[in-house]
Amino acid sequence: MPFEGIRQNKSLQALLGLVFGTVFGFLLQKGGVTLYDVIIGQLLLTDFTVVKVMLSAILVGMVGVHAMKAAGLVRLHVRAGSVGSTVIGGLIFGVGFAVLGYCPGTAAGALGSGALDAAVGMAGIVIGAGIFARLYPVLERSVLNRGKFPAETIPQLLGVSPMPVACAVAIMILVILAFFATMGL
Amino acid sequence: MSDWLLSATWSPYVVGAGIGILIWMTFLFSDRPLGVSTAYAKTAGMIEKALSRKNVASMPYYRQVTPEADWQWTIIIGVIAGGFISAYTAGTFALSAVPPLFAETFGADTLFRFAVALAGGIIMGIGARWAGGCTSGHGISGTLQLSLASWVAVICFFAGGILAAGLLFGFRFL
Repeated sequence: MPFEGIRQNKSLQALLGLVFGTVFGFLLQKGGVTLYDVIIGQLLLTDFTVVKVMLSAILVGMVGVHAMKAAGLVRLHVRAGSVGSTVIGGLIFGVGFAVLGYCPGTAAGALGSGALDAAVGMAGIVIGAGIFARLYPVLERSVLNRGKFPAETIPQLLGVSPMPVACAVAIMILVILAFFATMGL
Repeated sequence: MSDWLLSATWSPYVVGAGIGILIWMTFLFSDRPLGVSTAYAKTAGMIEKALSRKNVASMPYYRQVTPEADWQWTIIIGVIAGGFISAYTAGTFALSAVPPLFAETFGADTLFRFAVALAGGIIMGIGARWAGGCTSGHGISGTLQLSLASWVAVICFFAGGILAAGLLFGFRFL
């Protein structure tokens, strides 16, 4: 793999994390998705900014990451989920999403824009993560591994190469974005 | 050019494309997807470590998510800084405590908003670690890799979120 020297350099990576995070926070703030009203508007299905940002990011990111993967430049980082972990955790996250009105990334961007309630929310996320770490041994034994998914990726699940799936997802995203445009959403 | 760079908001499509390109960079130079919820678990670990070093060493979760200021931690500091740079240079930086939609629905009491935000944060922190990622790690970085778990996770994030928001604010789209 190329860039192995850069990837293994721990202090350079800590700096790169800061740089990538800064670009991410800048973009989230510019997109307006660091605003509580925009995020709750998405969950109330009255403002589609969050989904527009996410779908455009997925589309562009998917093309580049899969092209670089095919060229041998990058490897994928996927893990198999499970009903006990992904579905239950996802639904708990969703409730927190609606109550807090930010997600872990947009809360940080919102704090940078001056939203003090986002700072309180971030403290809450730290406490929640700490509670999870305490419960982890019990949850790991009882819930997290229940109903393991049969594959790590959708192409593996379908037994096909990533290319046709990526094309189908790209078309689906373009259709959804075109639908938003026609409906004036 | 600089007018556009400093304007308060950009098209969501431009922002999304920018995040997509940013993820090319994180894969290429850091061999990682872009995700921020691990930073919160690392912070929790750092606090536990400050309170009792021995305790942390005995907790299995912190052997997986090591409490150190590496890439997965510095990223959250960057996000705060990036949000500040964007807002400050656009002239929109302003301290606020109660968002308009919250004030209009539940009243403008700051302490009440903080209590709700704290509760929401705790639920979200548990959920993010339970599901193994958040809106960025699963919602964008995982889905673009066509990860099955990430597509299931993002559907559950929105299913739970839409249901809970509807119960709190009323199902306004109906």
